[in-house]
Amino acid sequence: MQVIPTTAQPSSPASTKQEAFLTVDNVAKIYPTKTGDYTVLQNVNLSIQQGEFICLIGHSGCGKTTLLNMVSGFSQPSVGQVRVNGKPVVKPGPDRMVVFQGYALLPWLTVFENVYLAVKKVYPEKSKAEKTRIVNEHLAMVGLTEAADKKPPQISGGMKQRVAIARALSIRPEVLILDEPFGALDAITKEELQEELLKIWNDHRCTVLMITHDIDEALFLADRLVMMTNGPAATIGEIMEIPFKRPRNRTRIMETPEYYKLRNYALDFLYNRFAHDVD
Amino acid sequence: MVTQTEKQTRTVKLPRTSKPFWNSRTQDILLPILGTLGFLIVWQLFSASGLTRLPGPLSLWTDTRTRQLLMYPFYDLGGLDKGLFWQTLASLGRVAQGYSMAAVVGISVGILVGSNHLLNKAFDPLFQFLRMVAPLAWVPIALVALQQNQPAAIFVIFITAVWPILINTAEGVRQIPTDFQNVAKVLQLSRKDYYINILFPAALPYIFTGLRIAIGLAWLAIIAAEIVMSGIVGIGFFIWDAYQQNYISEIILAVIYIGAVGLLLDRGIAYIQRLILPKA
Repeated sequence: MQVIPTTAQPSSPASTKQEAFLTVDNVAKIYPTKTGDYTVLQNVNLSIQQGEFICLIGHSGCGKTTLLNMVSGFSQPSVGQVRVNGKPVVKPGPDRMVVFQGYALLPWLTVFENVYLAVKKVYPEKSKAEKTRIVNEHLAMVGLTEAADKKPPQISGGMKQRVAIARALSIRPEVLILDEPFGALDAITKEELQEELLKIWNDHRCTVLMITHDIDEALFLADRLVMMTNGPAATIGEIMEIPFKRPRNRTRIMETPEYYKLRNYALDFLYNRFAHDVD
Repeated sequence: MVTQTEKQTRTVKLPRTSKPFWNSRTQDILLPILGTLGFLIVWQLFSASGLTRLPGPLSLWTDTRTRQLLMYPFYDLGGLDKGLFWQTLASLGRVAQGYSMAAVVGISVGILVGSNHLLNKAFDPLFQFLRMVAPLAWVPIALVALQQNQPAAIFVIFITAVWPILINTAEGVRQIPTDFQNVAKVLQLSRKDYYINILFPAALPYIFTGLRIAIGLAWLAIIAAEIVMSGIVGIGFFIWDAYQQNYISEIILAVIYIGAVGLLLDRGIAYIQRLILPKA
């Protein structure tokens, strides 16, 4: 067993009384098991401003997905509360749209219909023509106009992820939640999609919460990088500010000495200070 | 005719590249014919040997009554005296009614049970139990409960066919990937949208598996049910009637009808399945 620092580090000065846009307030997640309670997460505190891009990093089993599920509303904290706009999160909703790890596209619907299903649900009052326009606009945004009539099994992994992102953004969520969206993609597609995501985020400025395993990805995308300690009873270890100016250029930021300082710091956190126990 | 087919086979045979294909095709066609022919010859010799009273396959032609039935499937002299086409059609009609009811009830109850954990717990043992009851055992119950042959026969079809449809549909609904359910939750889809866009298409392969098992069972059941129900037009009772009057080769002819129709029904459902289900 490992000693876990009990003093959770609040992201922003704890004294700020004004509530942030998205607040994770002293959250713990405990699963009852036959051999007693199993604590996945505890003492998690995080305040996120509207329009911020946050990446979460940590070893597998540290409860990143559990934390994300409590923000999206798929599960409820055992202790504490998650609030968006001051309102506690009680169930999933399209204001906190999720891009699922396995894309979760419906294989019997075309690319267009997959996005349309979301648009139809969120804008029931809009005319058919207008909904169609919204779908087409977002498919164009991720470069999938050509593939609109294809079904998910006919397109590549990178294209599926684009559809999932288009679907998520088409309904203008306040928070966009991504669970390792680019994990299964090859390096080139991954970089392309990172750049597209950043460009889209620049235009829309929704709040983004994204799990990643890739430090470079986090450094390129995020405003802040939340680093988790190891589970069980994981918590937020540190939060790293990523100060690069936007719009970011990958090669340019990688040339700065600052980049390597941050990168080494995160690596040190993950592989020395909170190295994963060798199984 | 013969020369025509010979010509066709020659043209297929010509291109050298398609030789392995042709060989496997020959095997596919030739071997079943040889196997069946062998079986028929052994059967014919066996009945000629006098060891059994069962007539050989040639009796379909040599027996005058059976030859009449073979040649005139469409005759109709009123009452029970109808050609085998009409007998089969009457049985098929019952299957169609009982099977449609089973499909409607099986799919809807299956969806209900599959999407509700508590209902599933409550009823699954009962379904598993009732599913094991043989069609013939339902016949007396159906006759007592419904008093008349026709509705009783349809009920037997229904009760035989409903279980595989119900159980497979419920399983299909339980197997809907969590990801799809999460999409529905995060979009807060209405019940109707969820059923149309997620639940039904996701469960469809399972539903078809159930439908296909059920059509075979339904056809088995109608024959069994009709044998017991005297005085109705239908291929099952036709067999029983022929047996009572010792027209054994008529039974053989009727059995050939039954096998052929069963095969066609199964292939029919398989065809619809291929038509509707997206290719994986």
